[in-house]
Amino acid sequence: MGLLKNIFGSRPAVTQLPSGSITVNRAGKIVSSTVSSAYPAELLHAVGKEVLALLREARTAQMPLAEVSIHYASLRVTARELRGGAIIFLFPQTALSPISN
Amino acid sequence: MEIQHKILVLDDDADWLELSREMLSQLPSKPEIRTATSGKRALAMLDAEPFRLLICDLKMPRIDGLQVLAIVRRRFPELRTVVLSGLEDEDFRSRAYALGVDLFWLKTEMQRNSQMYIECLESLLGRDLEGGFRGIQSKNLMDIIQMECLTRSSTVLRITRGSLVAKLWIQGGELTDAEAEGACGEAAFRRILTWKSGTFENLPAEPNRERTITKPVNALLLESAQAIDESGAGAADTSDQTVQVHRRTVWKLSLLTRAGAEFVVAVPPEGQGVHEAMGTQAQSAEQYAHWTRRATEIIKRLGDTVDAGPLLHLDGSNMERQLLLIPRENKNFLVGWSPEASEGLLEKTKKLVASWDS
Repeated sequence: MGLLKNIFGSRPAVTQLPSGSITVNRAGKIVSSTVSSAYPAELLHAVGKEVLALLREARTAQMPLAEVSIHYASLRVTARELRGGAIIFLFPQTALSPISN
Repeated sequence: MEIQHKILVLDDDADWLELSREMLSQLPSKPEIRTATSGKRALAMLDAEPFRLLICDLKMPRIDGLQVLAIVRRRFPELRTVVLSGLEDEDFRSRAYALGVDLFWLKTEMQRNSQMYIECLESLLGRDLEGGFRGIQSKNLMDIIQMECLTRSSTVLRITRGSLVAKLWIQGGELTDAEAEGACGEAAFRRILTWKSGTFENLPAEPNRERTITKPVNALLLESAQAIDESGAGAADTSDQTVQVHRRTVWKLSLLTRAGAEFVVAVPPEGQGVHEAMGTQAQSAEQYAHWTRRATEIIKRLGDTVDAGPLLHLDGSNMERQLLLIPRENKNFLVGWSPEASEGLLEKTKKLVASWDS
């Protein structure tokens, strides 16, 4: 893991959008991830934290959500509630990505 | 001698190209149909020989349709362009029109109304012989209607405002019918004139359309302008204000019922007014409004963290309902739907939100 990074040492000038999935437990700790190891871990951790906050706020408002999808212009974040934690899917969007309903 | 036009159809789907060729063979002017499966090939063909019309798909590998159109507009300014796409999003329609395309058709719509599609294309090919100028400009809707009527045009004006679509039928310079937001005739015409912005396109005339508007267009324009002025001036009058509020409530409830949504909560930013709710009890509305504010903050923070761009919408679901959060310039809308609602929920929600404050 990270072998090429150690050899070449350089980092991309522009941070790419994350692609893959992560599983976070109820404390916000990343339990598993399929996102490239080149993607900064602290940003991935922040994603997990914010998604958990969103689901927690929904529970407080008496409308617990089993699934939530956030559609940004260049990224779709889909999260499924998982015993207090969540499994989060990250899909980068291109201009011509299919429009999901 | 009659000129035989050449049409180039660009799509990465070979089966679709065959279908298009078959359909275009029905054009009364019997043009020569050529096809290309890639943007690169299409540009090479356009360079090699003159074409009258390019029918272009949007979603294609390597060079997509929007890129092809941008190049075509620059290199072949006289070429008529039609977008035929499967992407059902108003954003793509706007982007295509901004690139100066003459028509935008959805593939599904084209298959449903193939006769109209053929007429549109024939009309475009015909217009080439007449010459004239094309371009992109921003005009008041009243000006556009007056211009069409003064020039004694026969056309159907299709006006789009977000997800709302309206049509005006003009025959020999006279307004004969209108259709908007479930209304028709003069009521629809007045409704359309309250729209502040949008896009329009000319479709072929429908001379057999039944006439529902008999008043001269200038009289209607004058009446509508007066009504708009009065509604602005009369707002100061308290009794009028009560009537207005009542009318708006009834209008919004009817919108909600017609769309089939469970509730709508419109939430302005913190400290900029109170939320407005329809279809839900005050206590729940308060909770929904609170969550909408909190969720918007979290989503914004998350978007900034990963540089994901602006929020388009959020959807969520549980056993009891489905929720859609749509951000707008000065308000965020939370719309609740039953768990059974499925068909085109996003489009329905966008339409409901677009109508809400119109």
